[in-house]
Amino acid sequence: MKSIAELAKIREEALKKVDIRHDREGTRIVVGMATCGISAGARPVLMQLVEEVKTRNLQEVIVSQTGCIGVCRLEPIIEVYRPGEEKVTYVEMTPEKAKRIVAEHIVNGKVIDEYTIGAAK
Amino acid sequence: MELYRSHVLICGGTGCTSSGSKSIEQAFNEELEKHNLAKEVKLVRTGCFGLCEAGPIVIVYPEGSFYSHVKVEDIARITEEHLLKGRIVTDLLFKEAVVEDQIRSINEVDFYKKQQRVALRNCGVIDPEDITEYIAFDGYKALAKVLTEMSREEVIETIKKSGLRGRGGGGFPSGLKWEFTYKAQGDQKYVACNADEGDPGAFMDRSVLEGDPHALIEAMAIAAYAVGSNQGYVYVRAEYPIAVDRLQIAINQAREYGLLGKGIFGTDFEFDLEIKLGAGAFVCGEETALLNSIEGKRGMPRPRPPFPAIKGLWEKPTLLNNVETYANVPQIILNGAEWFANIGTEKSKGTKVFALGGKINNTGLLEIPMGTTLREVIFEIGGGIPNGKEFKAVQTGGPSGGCIPASCLDTPIDYDNLISLGSMMGSGGMIVMDEDNCMVDIARFFLDFTVDESCGKCPPCRIGTKRMLELLDKITEGHGEVGDIEKLEKLAENIKASSLCGLGQTAPNPVLSALRYFREEFEAHVYHKQCPAGVCQGLLNFHITDGCKGCTLCTKACPVNAISGEKKELHVIDTDKCVKCGACVDKCPFKAIIKK
Repeated sequence: MKSIAELAKIREEALKKVDIRHDREGTRIVVGMATCGISAGARPVLMQLVEEVKTRNLQEVIVSQTGCIGVCRLEPIIEVYRPGEEKVTYVEMTPEKAKRIVAEHIVNGKVIDEYTIGAAK
Repeated sequence: MELYRSHVLICGGTGCTSSGSKSIEQAFNEELEKHNLAKEVKLVRTGCFGLCEAGPIVIVYPEGSFYSHVKVEDIARITEEHLLKGRIVTDLLFKEAVVEDQIRSINEVDFYKKQQRVALRNCGVIDPEDITEYIAFDGYKALAKVLTEMSREEVIETIKKSGLRGRGGGGFPSGLKWEFTYKAQGDQKYVACNADEGDPGAFMDRSVLEGDPHALIEAMAIAAYAVGSNQGYVYVRAEYPIAVDRLQIAINQAREYGLLGKGIFGTDFEFDLEIKLGAGAFVCGEETALLNSIEGKRGMPRPRPPFPAIKGLWEKPTLLNNVETYANVPQIILNGAEWFANIGTEKSKGTKVFALGGKINNTGLLEIPMGTTLREVIFEIGGGIPNGKEFKAVQTGGPSGGCIPASCLDTPIDYDNLISLGSMMGSGGMIVMDEDNCMVDIARFFLDFTVDESCGKCPPCRIGTKRMLELLDKITEGHGEVGDIEKLEKLAENIKASSLCGLGQTAPNPVLSALRYFREEFEAHVYHKQCPAGVCQGLLNFHITDGCKGCTLCTKACPVNAISGEKKELHVIDTDKCVKCGACVDKCPFKAIIKK
C-alpha cells in the first residue's frame, strides 16, 4: 500500500460488494418471485434491477423479493416504495422495462404510467 | 466484479461452529448449486453475531432476516422459499424477529436494539478472511490518517483525550501507557497484544479475533507508530484455533497489501506482527508473566516496577494492551477523541463488551455504552432468567471479581462502580445466577480455579488460596465450625495484601464479595448445616413427600436399604443410612422425593 488514493480505490470497489448489508431507509424495489413470477421471467428482471442499481451506484436503493403479489396473469410484477410516496406497481416487466424504470422513476422521480397496473388491460 | 442480489451470512464464530455452522454452509452450497443460484446469492462466513444462544445463526440480506437455531434440514426450505421465491420462512426466524405477524430485521430485535457496537462493529458483518471487506467498512483508513496527517504526539494526545481505559481488567488509562512507552528510552521498542483471555465464561477477545482480525492489526500498527516501534506480538492461547487461524490469514493479507512491512502508505514507517501461542495458563494473562512467556521463559510474573513500558520484552520498552482496547483505537482516530469521550460515564468512556452466560435467556456477546445498568443488560438485552426463576446475583470480573446481588441491579456499569460494589469490570465475563445457585459453592468454584492456576511463585497465593479452598470445602461438605468464616476473611485480606501479582491480589475477591452480600448463606452452612439453595450435597437430606403412592420402586433402587415402608403407604428415608446417591429420585414416577 503506497498511498491513500490506493486504499480509497480498493474501498470503492469493495463497497459495492458489501453495501447490501448496510441499513438503508431509501427506496425499495420489490420483485414478485413466486412460482408465477419466476415462470413469467421475474429472475432476469430482478438481476437487471440489481445490475442497474450497482452500475449507477444508487446506495440508498434496495432491491428485494417478495412472494406472489396476487395478479399472476400480469407477472412479472415489481413494486416501488419511495419514502413519503404511494407505492407504484409495475406489471408485465421485462429487463428492458426494468432498466427504464430505474432511470426514470428511481433516479428522476417520474412514474412511467404506461407500465403501471392501472394501464394494464 | 461479481454482483450478488442477496447475501447469506453464516456465523463462523466458535459458538456457532461447534453447533454445526460448517455443515450448514456446505448444505447452502449444495442447495444454491441445485437451484442455479450460486451466481446470484453470495455465502459469507462471518465472525460472531453475539446471540450465541440462538446459534447457529444465518442472516439473509438485503432483508436482514434473522434465522436462528438453523439445522441442515432447514436449508432446502430457506433456499427454495426465501432465496428463490422471496418468501421469508417465518417459522424459522428468531422468536423475537416476528412480533404480531410483523417480521423485524436483525437490528430491530431487543437483543441488538440497546447495544452500541464499537469494538464489535464488524463482527457478524464482514467476512474476516477478506481484507477488502474490512477496507470497505473504512478499514485501514485510520492508519492512513495517522501516518500521513498526524504526529506521534497527536496520536497519543487523541488516545489520552478519548478517555479510553484498558479493557482487559485493570482499567488503566490507555493513553498514559502509550505516553510512558513513547517517552521511555530504548533503541528498540515493542508493541504487544494480550489475547490470553482466561476468565471462565469470557470470550470477547476471541470474537474480535475471529470476526474482525484486521481491526487489531490496524490498531497495533497505529500504536507502533505512536510509541516508535517496528515489531509487534500477539499473545493468544492455542486453544482458540479459529481465532489464531483467521488472525494469521489477516496478517498474511495485510503483508500482501503492503499494510504490514516496509514503507506503509509511502512513508518510512515499517511494522510487522507475529503471533505467539500460549498454552492456556491463566497466569499468563498477567502482563509480566505474559512477557516472560513470549520470551520463551516459564510464565511467571515479575515484580513491578519496572513496568513493561520501561522494561518489557527483552528488557525493552513495551506497550501492552488487550484485544478489545486495541479494537477501539481505529474508531477513536477516525471519529475523534470527543466522539468517544461522549459515550459512557464521567470516568469510564466508550463501550464495553460483555460475555453473558449462566442462568440467562440470551446467552451471548453484547456491547453496551458504559453507564448502562446491570438491570438493562440482564433483563432487557439478556432477556431475563429462564424458567421463571428468581434472579439472585451476577458475577463479573471472573476469578478476580465478585458477585453483585439483586439490590444493586440499578447500578450503572463502569469501572469504579463495580469496584465499589466489591467486584470489578475484569475482561467482561458476566455470569448470571438464579435462586438455585449456592453462593458458597460459587465462591468455592472460583477459588478452585485460582488454586489450579496459581503459578506457585509467591507463597501467599500458592499456599493461602489452597488453605482458603480447604476451608470452603469443609464448609460445603457440612463440617464447618464456628470461626471458619472469620478465618476465611483474615486469610483473604492477607493474600490480597501480600501477593506478587494481580492473580493472587484478586483471588480472594469472589469469597469476600459473597461474604459481603450473602453472609447468611455461609452462616446457614456453618451453624445450621443447611444449604438454602439445595446445592451442597453434603448438607442435603432426601425426603419423601405426601406425593408418595407406595409403589416401592425406590426401595428397590436404594443401594443401602435406607428406604422403608409398606406397599401403597407413605415411605420414609432413614437419613443416617442414606448415602445421597439420588438413585431413588430418578426412579420415583411421582416426583415425590425431594432434596432439602
